[in-house]
Amino acid sequence: MADIKADASLDLRGILCPINFVKTKLKLETMDVGQVLEVVLDDGEPIQNVPKSIKEEGHKIVEVKKEGEHFRLKIQKR
Amino acid sequence: MVDKFIEDKVTRVPLKKDGQEVKVDFNDLKSGGFIKQRQKDLFAVRLRCPGGRIDTKKLIEIAKIADKYSKKGVIHLSFRQSLEILYVDYKEFDSLVRDLEKIGQKVASCGPRVRVPTACGGCEYNPNGLTDTQQMAKMVDEKYFGTPCYHKFKISFSGCPIDCARTREMDLGFQGVVEPTWDEDTCTGCTICSKACKEDAIVSHPETGKPIYDPLKCIYCGDCIRACPTESWQAKRYGHFVRIGGKHGRHPREANEVANFIPNEKVPEVIEKTLEWYKINGKKGERIGKAIDRVGVESYTKFMESVFKSGEPVPTGKV
Ligand code: HEM
Ligand code: HEM
Ligand code: SF4
Ligand code: SF4
Ligand code: SF4
Repeated sequence: MADIKADASLDLRGILCPINFVKTKLKLETMDVGQVLEVVLDDGEPIQNVPKSIKEEGHKIVEVKKEGEHFRLKIQKR
Repeated sequence: MVDKFIEDKVTRVPLKKDGQEVKVDFNDLKSGGFIKQRQKDLFAVRLRCPGGRIDTKKLIEIAKIADKYSKKGVIHLSFRQSLEILYVDYKEFDSLVRDLEKIGQKVASCGPRVRVPTACGGCEYNPNGLTDTQQMAKMVDEKYFGTPCYHKFKISFSGCPIDCARTREMDLGFQGVVEPTWDEDTCTGCTICSKACKEDAIVSHPETGKPIYDPLKCIYCGDCIRACPTESWQAKRYGHFVRIGGKHGRHPREANEVANFIPNEKVPEVIEKTLEWYKINGKKGERIGKAIDRVGVESYTKFMESVFKSGEPVPTGKV
């Protein structure tokens, strides 16, 4: 599958729950509907929690890639 | 034993004030909710707040009433989600109850009967919630509150397996569950569900990343459903996990797990049939957990078979 182009990016490695989600949310608020935000999340709690919360806010996770000890998520603003 | 204690205390005090007869409605006292304090003539009055939820308008009025009747001007938040107005003079019971009635607030109960049900926030506003615990608590309060039993009978509702309302230590507990079901076609193998599952019930396939699900480890929390970006995990059915015979206190007893996926509409039948079994098999002064230890949990699960069939009986009745 071809990589989805991101309009913005956040490196959230080392950022704890729920601040990582709050940062994601704040960033998404500055973006337009349909734009894509890329976030990099640590394995463990962040990857357990953040995707759920993003979905609860109504956004769509369009791509997930595991890169060693972290995950690269692409989120489309809804 | 508890009731007797309260009533004895009450009947021993002269029901006169300034030469006037003081009217105390003993039916109110018997149904409890008036608890003798260590201070002479003073009682704690426990209010009926199913699920620990109170309208703000009503709360304001309760506060005014508490301020009027509590000699110390204090309320205590009880461990079963009730408001207790402390330091109330028994001579003012009548007028207090009348004031409470005016705002539609009832007094709770003590003694051997079905107590006010407790409940967590549940699915109405808690993201983890799977069942509408507040609605269920309201229903139980309306239908079963005060039903006489051999001992106290406590019912609670938790919205999910985190079990904030502690169904394990209730006479009868209902805890929300959801059964996940997976659709292979839409799954992209992203592995998020295996990360989201805190029970190791999902392991990702080493090559495809797709989930390998172990129902024996699954506790039906729905984390996988909430986490999956492609909605490949879906809710097959929601329901209540049922626990029986738990208690707290000096000698806690962890409840027996007896049924899973009981639908909302079968909850009343579970309560009614359980109280029926208790009536047949229990003894005066004995909690239902004790009766289960004495008679055997199989007796109970067999009796409940017809209603537990609406979900899935837990075959071992294991603790
Ligand atoms: C006037 C006396 C009593 C009143 C009004 C009363 C009422 C209650 C209430 C409302 C609770 C739960 C309270 C909360 O969490 O806020 C409770 C808990 C408990 N009470 Fe009582 N009770 C009384 C006396 C007794 C007595 C005499 C016993 C035993 C001999 C007893 C055994 C227990 C136990 C074991 C619990 C723990 C909860 C559980 O088993 O689930 N209580 N009581
Ligand atoms: C103002 C008076 C009282 C209040 C507010 C009160 C309240 C409570 C509450 C809230 C509990 C439950 C605690 C829990 O579930 O975590 C409880 C339990 C209990 N109460 Fe009372 N109660 C009162 C009077 C009495 C009296 C007069 C007796 C004795 C005759 C009594 C004996 C007990 C016993 C034995 C328990 C169970 C604790 C255990 O088994 O370890 N209480 N009470
Ligand atoms: S039991 Fe579950 S639904 Fe209820 S308050 Fe706790 S986490 Fe929320
Ligand atoms: S429902 Fe909960 S325990 Fe069961 S597989 Fe999903 S995340 Fe794991
Ligand atoms: S989270 Fe959803 S898409 Fe990702 S592996 Fe699990 S089922 Fe498949």
